[in-house]
Amino acid sequence: MSLSVKHLLGIKELNTQDIETIFRTADNFKQVLQRPIKKVPTLRDTTIANIFFENSTRTRISFELAEKRLSADTINFSASGSSVSKGETLIDTVNNILAMKVDMVVMRHSASGAPWFLSRHINASIINAGDGTNEHPTQALLDAYSMRERLGDLKGKRIAIIGDIMHSRVALSNIFCLTKLGAEVTVSGPPTLIPKHIESLGVKVQYDVKKALQWCDVANVLRIQLERQHKPLFSSLREYALYYGINKSMLDSLEKEIVIMHPGPINRGVELNSDVADSDRSIILDQVENGVAVRMAVIYLLSGKSEALD
Amino acid sequence: MKTLLDKHQLNITLQRLAHQVVENHPDFSGSAIIGLQPRGVWFSRRIAQIVKEITGSEIPYGKLDITFYRDDVHSGDIHLPSQTEISFSIENRRVILIDDVLHTGRTIRAAMDALIDFGRPQSVELMVLIDRHYSRELPIQPDYVGQTVDTIITQKVKVNWEENEGVDEVVLID
Repeated sequence: MSLSVKHLLGIKELNTQDIETIFRTADNFKQVLQRPIKKVPTLRDTTIANIFFENSTRTRISFELAEKRLSADTINFSASGSSVSKGETLIDTVNNILAMKVDMVVMRHSASGAPWFLSRHINASIINAGDGTNEHPTQALLDAYSMRERLGDLKGKRIAIIGDIMHSRVALSNIFCLTKLGAEVTVSGPPTLIPKHIESLGVKVQYDVKKALQWCDVANVLRIQLERQHKPLFSSLREYALYYGINKSMLDSLEKEIVIMHPGPINRGVELNSDVADSDRSIILDQVENGVAVRMAVIYLLSGKSEALD
Repeated sequence: MKTLLDKHQLNITLQRLAHQVVENHPDFSGSAIIGLQPRGVWFSRRIAQIVKEITGSEIPYGKLDITFYRDDVHSGDIHLPSQTEISFSIENRRVILIDDVLHTGRTIRAAMDALIDFGRPQSVELMVLIDRHYSRELPIQPDYVGQTVDTIITQKVKVNWEENEGVDEVVLID
């Protein structure tokens, strides 16, 4: 009755049933989070290590809160100020943490595929909290969960993913998750930020952002990831904002109301204007709220698996 | 398979239990009925319905899921939760917890923990349709009992409801 996987490495490896199970469990946790006592004793015998080799605010806090709401013990590790700077390898670092009887690992790493590599060498369950430009599965789950909360069943719904598709692990995980749930997905943005052959993932490409907005029910707007651009892929942020940024007057000119999402952190005035981000159309803060419930569901559903291995 | 209660006997038992509840709760405005997910819900709905017929007033009714409070989260497969639905404050209420079969008492232990996370009830009573005698692992005893049966651990007691299984009956499965 639980998930078909032992780790949550990527949405690619989940089946539709798994995603539905996570959503149904998240519904229950969402209810727990609305009670006066927002905590359940479920995982009081579980210890979880949050290992972040890359910066994070939202994801790390959200995971930590999810773990605490489940009564798990948590330890936090960030690469800066650790022995990683002394040259310790990933496996050594993680094995040393696991030797202290840790049951589950939540990991973010700048190298794509790092959680897969780790899963071949350790026994504990791993949850990928973002690996390089590859996947960010819990973000995609909470995005789809938030869309579903607004629109109902996602089958046949039209979702536009707009912005830096090339460097975005949120984009890839979103594409896998939404297509598995039967939604139609279009990616949009400057041609230099959209990978070639992305149509092979079952999505359409629309370079004109206005047309993409006119087509969709939901626009998931992504952050421009300057830190991952090793050579300039558009001439300036100002130009990007002018041609691809989303503002209120642009949305007002559409013939319908659409829902606006963003995984954060927002570059205000670049991909999204404040008059949109803070408007009724935006469900950005719902995404953050749902993030805790969805992560609680993932942790809970994977928690049985680490024990089974010993 | 042996029938412990047939439709007719089950109906008499339900009537008796509902009357006992009304007897102990002369003013129902400060009380509430809470059924345990998944199978206590059918039973508790019936009791709430009969109590309503007797007293003529609406009774606060809720459903409680105890999955996240289990003491065996890590033994065997993960349990998927059902819905908890308590749309009123249980603070200072006299709560009647209802489940269909009382066996080891572990579900009720979890239910009391779960309930108290919603507030501090004035009192908690326990009603079960079938009390499986001699198989308790915790010091928990019901206040209202439909029928007490002596069973061995390998046997299973199943309560069927017309709304769900198409027939009202309680059976003992070997």
